[in-house]
Amino acid sequence: MLRFIVQRLLLLPILLVLFSIIVFWLVQAPPGDFLTSYVANLASGGSSIQEEQVEALRHQFGLDQPMHIRYLRWMEGLLKGDLGYSLEYQRPNSELIGERLVLTVFLALFAFAITWIVAVPAGIYSATHQNSLLDYAFALLNYVGVATPNFMLALILMWVAFSSFGLSVTGLFSPDYIQAPWSLGRLIDLLKHIWLPGIVLGIAGTARLMRVMRANLLDELNKPYVVTARAKGMSEWKLVIKYPVRLAINPLISTIGWYLPQLFSGSLIVATVMNLPNIGPLLLRALTQRDMYLSGSILLIYCSLTIIGTLISDILLALVDPRIRMEGV
Amino acid sequence: MAENFQVEETLVSQLVSKAEERVSVASNWQLVWWRFRKNRLAIISSMVLVLFYVIVLVPDFFSTQDPEATEAFLAFIPMQGISFFDSSGFNLSVPAVVGKRNPVTLRMEWKIDETKVPIRLFVQGYKYKVLGLFETDLHLIGPTDPKSADWLYLFGTDRMGRDQWSRMMFGTRTSMTVGLVAVALSVIFGVLLGGISGYFGGWPDMIIQRLIELLQSLPTIPIWLAMTAALPQDWRPDQVFFAITIILAFIGWTTLAREVRGRFLSLREEDFVLAADLAGCSRFRIITRHMVPAFMSHIIATSTLAIPVMIINETSLSYLGLGIRPPAISWGVLLQEAQNIQTVAQAPWLLLPCVAVILSVLAFNLVGDGLRDAADPYGH
Amino acid sequence: MNTQIQPLLSVRDLKTYFMMDEGVVKAVDGVTFDVNSGQVFGIVGESGCGKSVTMKAVLRIVEPPGKIVHGEILLNCKTKDGDCQVVDLAQLDANGAQMRSIRGAEIALIPQEPMSSFSPVHTIGDQIIEAIMLHQPVNKREARQIALQMLKDVGIPMPEQRLDEYSWQLSGGLRQRAIIAMALSCNPRLLIADEPTTAVDVTTQAQVLRLLRNLQQQRNAAIIFITHDLGVIAQMASYVMVMYLGLVVEQGPVDDIFHAPKHPYTQALLRSIPSVNSTPRVELPTISGSIPHPFNKPKGCPFHPRCVKSMPGKCDVRTPALLPVGEKQWVSCFLYHDSEAAA
Repeated sequence: MLRFIVQRLLLLPILLVLFSIIVFWLVQAPPGDFLTSYVANLASGGSSIQEEQVEALRHQFGLDQPMHIRYLRWMEGLLKGDLGYSLEYQRPNSELIGERLVLTVFLALFAFAITWIVAVPAGIYSATHQNSLLDYAFALLNYVGVATPNFMLALILMWVAFSSFGLSVTGLFSPDYIQAPWSLGRLIDLLKHIWLPGIVLGIAGTARLMRVMRANLLDELNKPYVVTARAKGMSEWKLVIKYPVRLAINPLISTIGWYLPQLFSGSLIVATVMNLPNIGPLLLRALTQRDMYLSGSILLIYCSLTIIGTLISDILLALVDPRIRMEGV
Repeated sequence: MAENFQVEETLVSQLVSKAEERVSVASNWQLVWWRFRKNRLAIISSMVLVLFYVIVLVPDFFSTQDPEATEAFLAFIPMQGISFFDSSGFNLSVPAVVGKRNPVTLRMEWKIDETKVPIRLFVQGYKYKVLGLFETDLHLIGPTDPKSADWLYLFGTDRMGRDQWSRMMFGTRTSMTVGLVAVALSVIFGVLLGGISGYFGGWPDMIIQRLIELLQSLPTIPIWLAMTAALPQDWRPDQVFFAITIILAFIGWTTLAREVRGRFLSLREEDFVLAADLAGCSRFRIITRHMVPAFMSHIIATSTLAIPVMIINETSLSYLGLGIRPPAISWGVLLQEAQNIQTVAQAPWLLLPCVAVILSVLAFNLVGDGLRDAADPYGH
Repeated sequence: MNTQIQPLLSVRDLKTYFMMDEGVVKAVDGVTFDVNSGQVFGIVGESGCGKSVTMKAVLRIVEPPGKIVHGEILLNCKTKDGDCQVVDLAQLDANGAQMRSIRGAEIALIPQEPMSSFSPVHTIGDQIIEAIMLHQPVNKREARQIALQMLKDVGIPMPEQRLDEYSWQLSGGLRQRAIIAMALSCNPRLLIADEPTTAVDVTTQAQVLRLLRNLQQQRNAAIIFITHDLGVIAQMASYVMVMYLGLVVEQGPVDDIFHAPKHPYTQALLRSIPSVNSTPRVELPTISGSIPHPFNKPKGCPFHPRCVKSMPGKCDVRTPALLPVGEKQWVSCFLYHDSEAAA
């Protein structure tokens, strides 16, 4: 198992370099650059800027260099831990990204926790109480949950909260805590606000996981080892949890590999709709404004999060299933 | 010494009923269809989908006015609910809307009135071309008096006075088509590359596998955003449309390719393939006549389940402004009007495209599930 | 049934039905038998005759929609004070504390497939120790010692190491022994062996049978041996019951049944065993027809459509009762008596 993990860790830098090339090419590909859109924005606002000034700015930001030079400059900075400089905000990217990244990861992990805490017991209940009223209710919720895109759910919930209760459920903090330094109070405030985005983000995944858990458990419940456990004199609930549930969960663990990354990237849309301090909306703006170092860095961060998510899932699976652990990969 | 005894043959065979005989000679597709037919939810969903795709073919027939006609004067007209009966029996009508200019904001505010505007089915309206072939002016629904065409806004209007009902019809066309085309592209790529990878193995397999792994490691939504943001601003809507479908299919084909590859790998070892080979079939014939049919139904079921995912993705991207661009209309574009919560609170009918999305995705999921269960030979 | 005073297990007119959407499957339709302490009791029959369901009913682990609808399952339990007490298992709550204290401790199951009867993600030791701690007031360390001893008793080499291994790390024969060890870990007085030789090869089969015989003699446990293999019955059992379509067709001591079978079904079964002594180039006699669909059980005697000696007007109308013929043999056939079974 150790060998397996080391293998994957060695691949990481190679993947990241590959990704950085793809990402950089993507943000560079369209014609024009930051200054083009800046000039366009000024023009639509009624003001203008002189040609020489634009050229001077272009030179200052290094935008007149050929692509590979710009790429190497950027990589050089990355290796030193410098994420570059935002052309729009006129601030180092690491400052802009910093706290937002923490909150992005926190939101994704929160949604992940909600998914598993809800889906696994619900799936177990549905499997052991097949065709009961609650089973049908869960099935209905599942279908609707999978059919509703997150932003739509967010939109509808926000509308309901606003029109019926006059509540504004945007943002992750109350006004007092937005700029405040971290404290227990701030954490509690965060938890008060994060549960709704967390649910919105996680609902599709919860629905899917519940169905899979139910199907897996139904398969396992018919197997001989369950009969043996019952014949030993174990109580029904204890044996269901200890044996078939244990085995039914294994395939679910392998889904973490793509679910966690999906939560990271999916939080982008929810964050945009609900106006959360998340790297998603930041990326959106950076892309439309051609703020390339910022967008490139955020994209690379997303790639890293994705790879880490997959790695975590593989490690977890090896930990949980002795068959994989011992018989190699 | 063995005992000799009379074994009286007692006839215990049952007569093979006609139904059993039919089953034994039915083709695979017939069996799948028969099993699918039993799933009532799937059949209802299929009918819903057929309705959606009829709208896709002739959206003009279902619209009541030009979807792009803007008239600030007519902004935010509320939904007019259809009444089916009145004092004299079965008569379709909608309540009229009366507008008043707000003295403070100087904007028009519209309210539902008591008076009724009679409407009926199959009326004359604006002229349009069916599938680009022939011209007609027949519409599904409209006011009885053609001259009062202004007052039928079944789903209300948005802030630019555009009729939401008609826009929804056109939005249906775009959104449902993008999903279909994107999945079709994914299937073509997926089956092709997956097949090559699985059947030939060796170098092609390795390269394609690494490619798939690379693509699947990319975070989908951010990459999509980057790709759609890279589309030039001055592209025509249909160019953008095509580009969006390619982008959506770009990562979607990998899952299918993996599955196809897996199937090919396991089928390669099956005895029936060996038998075909020994019988002298060419490689091409083995692939097309023996291997592909073995998993075709599974591919169809998987593709059907992939379409709603594409629809959701397109809607999300367009909502963010990075997908289908106005003046093209899709459900996501329509929902852009609903970004502001205060606006939505005043004009909740702007959220109606949500219903269309949820309904179509639900229908696709139910049909896809039904297909998958029906196509699974070990299901029962 | 037997001359002993108090049988260990006494099943009386057991009926277990499965209520399905398409109809009722009468898997066990009136089965009566006794098992004495220390006896090896064989239940033999084709697939679908109801022998497994009978066994599951005794253990009260019949899966829904199956239910015991009629009958008694009287177990002679030893209470803590050492007295004998008769408990009707059919009346107990299947998941209740009393039944669960009996299941595994008084009556234990040796399941059919040792590979899939162990959980693949828990060690063998974990599962055996769990069985021990469920019924005996010992702590984990003591339970481990007992488990080790059990593994030694069944002849597993290097038990210390094996205890911490997983079921898929053991060979087929060792797995079989391990599962027997688990069943015996609480010293049950009645063992139910569900086709213990079906899933193993012939050599292992011989070893397993020898092991079971030794253990049974050492501990004076009764075994109910469920199988479709007549050879195994001949080797192991002292008393055998032949089942067909949920009913008992014949019962008696092994020698009587094998040498003087009374019921036409038993006779046909015995004749169909290929033997070295049979005349060459003569077709192997088989039983004509096939087992009826569970929803289409024939009226009257269940075997009559395939019976060479069936008497029209009698066998296809009424079901014969299980009555003695001879000293210790019981048979349900109108050839020997005229009494009808109770409904």
